[in-house]
Amino acid sequence: MHLDHPETYPQRYSHPSPATALSGKHPAPTSSSAPTVRPDGTRRALRIGLGGPVGSGKTATVAAICRQLRDELSIAVVTNDIYTREDAEFLLRNAVLPAERITAVETGACPHTAIRDDISANLEAVEDLEETVGPLDLVLVESGGDNLTATFSKGLVDAQIFVIDVAGGDKIPRKGGPGVSTADLLVVNKTDLAPLVGADLGVMARDARTQRGELPVAFTSLTEPDGIAPVIGWVRERLAGWTAAAA
Amino acid sequence: MTITTTAPANRAALLVLADGRFPAGGHAHSGGAEAAVAAGRLYDATSLEAFCRGRLDTAGLVAAALAAAAAAGVDPLLLDEAADARTPSPALRATARKLGRQMMRAARACWPSPVLDALAAARPRGAHQPVVLGVTASAAGLGPLDAAHAAAYEAVSGPATAAVRLLSLDPFDATAVLARLAPDLDRVAQQAVDSARLALDSDVDALPAASAPLLEIAAERHAAWPVRLFAS
Ligand SMILES: Nc1nc2c(ncn2[C@@H]2O[C@H](COP(=O)(O)OP(=O)(O)OP(=O)(O)O)[C@@H](O)[C@H]2O)c(=O)[nH]1
Ligand SMILES: [Mg+2]
Repeated sequence: MHLDHPETYPQRYSHPSPATALSGKHPAPTSSSAPTVRPDGTRRALRIGLGGPVGSGKTATVAAICRQLRDELSIAVVTNDIYTREDAEFLLRNAVLPAERITAVETGACPHTAIRDDISANLEAVEDLEETVGPLDLVLVESGGDNLTATFSKGLVDAQIFVIDVAGGDKIPRKGGPGVSTADLLVVNKTDLAPLVGADLGVMARDARTQRGELPVAFTSLTEPDGIAPVIGWVRERLAGWTAAAA
Repeated sequence: MTITTTAPANRAALLVLADGRFPAGGHAHSGGAEAAVAAGRLYDATSLEAFCRGRLDTAGLVAAALAAAAAAGVDPLLLDEAADARTPSPALRATARKLGRQMMRAARACWPSPVLDALAAARPRGAHQPVVLGVTASAAGLGPLDAAHAAAYEAVSGPATAAVRLLSLDPFDATAVLARLAPDLDRVAQQAVDSARLALDSDVDALPAASAPLLEIAAERHAAWPVRLFAS
């Protein structure tokens, strides 16, 4: 007899899991393997991970998303700094969210381990936030700046954003790597700097398409008013899919 | 009830449990190595070995005994109190509970068991890690000696891995330190099982309370550092 895991793994396999096949329910539009309900049976918050090289604008993106959506959604943030609490402190200093909605996880110098190989500390941070300030609609998990191979575990987040910037060189999309080629959204940030660093946005867009196929790419400049708009549009889509799957 | 000390079944389960990649949060902790490096007490392979020996015969022995006792069936809640009593530093207590909670998550995913569920329900914020490790070992079909080995090994493998990152130490040298410590690990594990047997027949006071004051004091200081690579 084949015993299946009690949780369903939406979209992990191309065929429906026995559970969804039996219930006739559509799989959730995400690829996460984390349980999607809270202990009390209600649907938990959508979890989005943000990764990417050092200084590309992950914290600035988190801050802009929070500012834009905090009045309509209950949001919390988990940061994974490499060795400081810089990111959490930046978010606190700028009063992006109340302090009790921001948690810093310590990563033992390896953020990619904490977001991919051993996600236990991050899961606990997310669950503690749900418990203390929840129910939450959206949890943003920022990875400390890492390399092009850092990706989030499906056991931790439902979708991931990979943030690169034009100042890192317009070759980054061509180089590819798991972050650039597989993230659910690729953000190419700091487009305002493109003329200054001689980056060709057209080349970046073309290379990104080669690496990513139909997966979306957003070009942003967070120094401009409403520069975060394309990312917000994408987050709203994911949220709509998440809540629709609950109904 | 008696404790078996012969070569146990489920040997492979012990490899899974003791694997440094077992996802229970250990990677973010240095076992006091980061503080020792900053204090100038740990700076090369020789000083790493001295550090590990000291830790093994103090914190390592206590952890191994707690784990062995838990695996032997001593009440984990009593052991949790005994662990508190043997951990003067509040920072280290917090670390032990945090790691215990993380170990519990991994354990329940790997070896689901009513005993693990009961301990998780009684200590939702986490029991001391060695206690959870011991209960996990028994859920995995392992015995007290296995639990003791896993706890003792973890007491030294954590600092050795951290030293590689902190000092850019040659990884072969660091692993050779662990290999040289193997006979001592076996000795400490056996000692831990002997005391677990006493605890099973009398009470938890029979467990060792070997303490390393410098580890405790340094852990308190380390917890207050604004910038650090490891959580403890
Ligand atoms: N010009 C320009 N600067 C930006 C933009 N977005 C972010 N920055 C700046 O880039 C720097 C790094 O941004 P962060 O958001 O801290 O980057 P990060 O990816 O979180 O960095 P780490 O967490 O350290 O890896 C900061 O000084 C930001 O103000 C942008 O669109 N244009
Ligand atoms: Mg940041």
